Amino acid sequence: MAVRSNNKFSRRSFLKVTGLAGGGVLIGFNLFSACKSDTEMPKDISELNFNDFNAYIKIADNGKVTIFSPNPEIGQGVKTSMPMIIAEELDVAWEDVYVQQAPLDTEKYVRQVAGGSQSIRASWEPLRQTGASARQMLINAAAAGWDVDPGECTTSNGVITGPGGNRIGYGEVVKDAAGLEVPEEVSLKDPKDFKIIGKDIRNVDINKIITGKPLYGLDYSEEGMLIASVLRPPAFGQELADFQKLENFDAIKKDHPGVVDIIRFENKIAVLAKDTWTAMKAKKTLQANWQYAGNPESTEDHDEILLGLLDGNDFQNMRKDGDVEKAFSEADEVLERTYESPFLPHNCMEPMNFFANVTDEKIHLVGPIQTPEGTANQVAEKLGRPLEEVHLEMTRMGGGFGRRLYGDFVLEAAEISSLAKKPVKVVYSREDDMTAGVYRPAIKYRIKAAVKDGKLTGYHLKEAAVNSNMYNLIPNFFPAGAVENYQVDVANYQSNITTGAWRAPYTNFLAFAEQSFFDELAEVMQVDRVQLHLDLLEKVKGSTDDRIQYSPERMQNVIKTVVEKSGFKNQQEGVYKGFSAYYCHNTHVAEVAEVVLENGQPVTKKVTCVVDCGIVVNRLGALNQIEGGIVDGVGHAMYGDLTFTDGKPESDNFHNYQLIRMMQAPKVETHFIENNLSPTGLGEPTLPVAGGAVANAIKAATGQRIYKQPFIKHLDTKEVIG
Amino acid sequence: MIEKPHRPNQAAEAAFSIQKHKIILTINEVEQEIKVDAWTTVLDLLREHLHLTGTKKGCDHGQCGACTVLMDGTRINSCLTLAVMHDGAEITTVEGLAKGEQLHPVQEAFIEQDAFQCGYCTPGQICSAIGLINEGKAKTPEDIRDLMSGNICRCGAYNNILKVVQEALERERS
Ligand code: FES
Ligand code: FES
Repeated sequence: MAVRSNNKFSRRSFLKVTGLAGGGVLIGFNLFSACKSDTEMPKDISELNFNDFNAYIKIADNGKVTIFSPNPEIGQGVKTSMPMIIAEELDVAWEDVYVQQAPLDTEKYVRQVAGGSQSIRASWEPLRQTGASARQMLINAAAAGWDVDPGECTTSNGVITGPGGNRIGYGEVVKDAAGLEVPEEVSLKDPKDFKIIGKDIRNVDINKIITGKPLYGLDYSEEGMLIASVLRPPAFGQELADFQKLENFDAIKKDHPGVVDIIRFENKIAVLAKDTWTAMKAKKTLQANWQYAGNPESTEDHDEILLGLLDGNDFQNMRKDGDVEKAFSEADEVLERTYESPFLPHNCMEPMNFFANVTDEKIHLVGPIQTPEGTANQVAEKLGRPLEEVHLEMTRMGGGFGRRLYGDFVLEAAEISSLAKKPVKVVYSREDDMTAGVYRPAIKYRIKAAVKDGKLTGYHLKEAAVNSNMYNLIPNFFPAGAVENYQVDVANYQSNITTGAWRAPYTNFLAFAEQSFFDELAEVMQVDRVQLHLDLLEKVKGSTDDRIQYSPERMQNVIKTVVEKSGFKNQQEGVYKGFSAYYCHNTHVAEVAEVVLENGQPVTKKVTCVVDCGIVVNRLGALNQIEGGIVDGVGHAMYGDLTFTDGKPESDNFHNYQLIRMMQAPKVETHFIENNLSPTGLGEPTLPVAGGAVANAIKAATGQRIYKQPFIKHLDTKEVIG
Repeated sequence: MIEKPHRPNQAAEAAFSIQKHKIILTINEVEQEIKVDAWTTVLDLLREHLHLTGTKKGCDHGQCGACTVLMDGTRINSCLTLAVMHDGAEITTVEGLAKGEQLHPVQEAFIEQDAFQCGYCTPGQICSAIGLINEGKAKTPEDIRDLMSGNICRCGAYNNILKVVQEALERERS
């Protein structure tokens, strides 16, 4: 049974079909504007030309389908899963589909306008409709040829079957289809008929990756390209006071004849050389004087300031239900705890880098970036050039984690190239990458709960954060709606240390704080920890509060399932279990961590995870992201720590910044809740849950409650061994 | 925590910097005569001089394993090793593992297990896994976990990589 879909996005406004000179048909669709509301769309398709589209399906006359995937690949598999959705509705065999990262191999260069942060959730409907529209046009063309009703035709694996045994391949009707109108209404498949979605599909770049093909920004090179290594202020708050370019250049040239130029820009100095080693080595010998223009901030200062904010009254209210103060004053018992987290660098495996060639005619940019559109705009603005002159090509990315949402390194490359009038690639060393900023900011939470007559009657969450506070959906996450008197307040401190999004912003730490707090609260209330969570969710059922983000039913379901699958309630000699459940990024997740003591040290051996992310598009890709998120969550909760002295980061490479390694990584067992709801994202939601599960398991194993990350620093190991 | 390794000191570099050194290396079964500066690491030689960019740079300090290659069958961090010290050596990089269309069993196992996300650490993981098998020391999954811990995977694909190595070890035994 097919589902009729009269979509809320008018397909006319995001699809355009044209025949190709060399045979076949090209269907352009505007994926990300399709995700926007109709009012944001241009009124008339004729206003658009093909350069305004950012994704394409090409059907060749041999029936082979090429999908030009618009989305930058940062390891979350969208380059595979998005084409899977199109191919499903187009009803072709996955084997006949090729996926290519745009730009398109046609005569015209296509400007990339894809946004990186859009999730599968936003694109699910438009992608299905795009595939279905193309399929319908092929059917219409075949039906017209046979002179039959299109409704009598069916498709399978790229072949159209009509009444009276008529059969024809897509490739043979593409030419006719190209001349047809885009249909206003199309049928979408019933999820039970899916042939591609829900299967294990290998990442489309897999062969290139395992044979070492140049896919990444760092692998890109062009004739005559110079490498730029940039000296930035050694500490946050500093600026360049004095730099003698000529003297430096003369001195450096002697030892490093490969150095071509030295460029001072803003508060930075770039050394340009023919190879990376020379550029980086010469940079280290630069003589420059720096002075503090802002506060030299240290980690102790941040601690003091943030705790001061939590103690103070200078909050902005995010949500207020009932009267928490009254609940506290009437309570039988009050529990208040403070949770503290450090700054974290992203540490993408591939250090930041970008190529730029700025000439009088155009600005050519190549590299790994999650936000090509915004970044192209910024470059145009910075260089005072029209946007049309900016051509940005995306490469595969060696990790993103939020870092590559920020185009600071692209702007550097563009500026250096424009000043040097040469093609350059800015390359960060690991030290540059770890010390150049845009970190997950340090945050502290204070949670206070009131218990009366064995019930949770009040809940007050306060956030004190560096630079920016939680986004406004978070106050409507659990336990909003479950507690009568509920309040969320935030405060922030403006630092000169740059910060930004880091995988699962805010929730990556908040979930640990909250889920540790509930563990302790259950002890205080002398109730079962899981039952407490389930009972609170029960209260939210049937709520008319439409601000509430999570679904209590889906949450209860993942919780009950994880308890069953992990054997959470079963005693196991020497194995200590910790429970945690959280909703974010539209996905419901529950995890149970198992900790054992090895030489008196708690070690996380296994995490059982239950996920409700609606329809699972690509099972393999989904499992990979879920496991990766958990390993990342455990790793950063255990070890992640970036401290500062006088504005200077105290870690700069992996010998003094610990990332989780294979010997520390827990086994992960994943279970999906099966349903036919629209798919939601998986890149982030399993990460936040992990920290709380591990902390609660460590409490079970050692008796110690940890309130600060990284755990390794705040766990009293002497006490454990004793 | 592991000590930060020493780079060759500056005075030594300066003394060498005048002349290039001629060495012979067999890289992916092709013997070549190469002129290198005294301070050029095997990693920079591969990536920047020979344009074999499959071998990755993640830290340049011997900490992450992204640069792992096989030298005379042994896995090494190519960012820590100066090319001049290996005159006559045989180097295999990720580009040289497949024989024509025929992938190396470890490469095949990577596909089978979908053992990566961003894929940036993958060439290093593959070479490291092959080196580990050659060493013949790893017997149990615990051994593998220990002996593969020089290779960081920031995306956390460790469990699948572990399966790859286990599978390859089993194939090796049978
Ligand atoms: S680049 Fe050689 S170990 Fe990291
Ligand atoms: S797959 Fe991204 S670092 Fe390993």
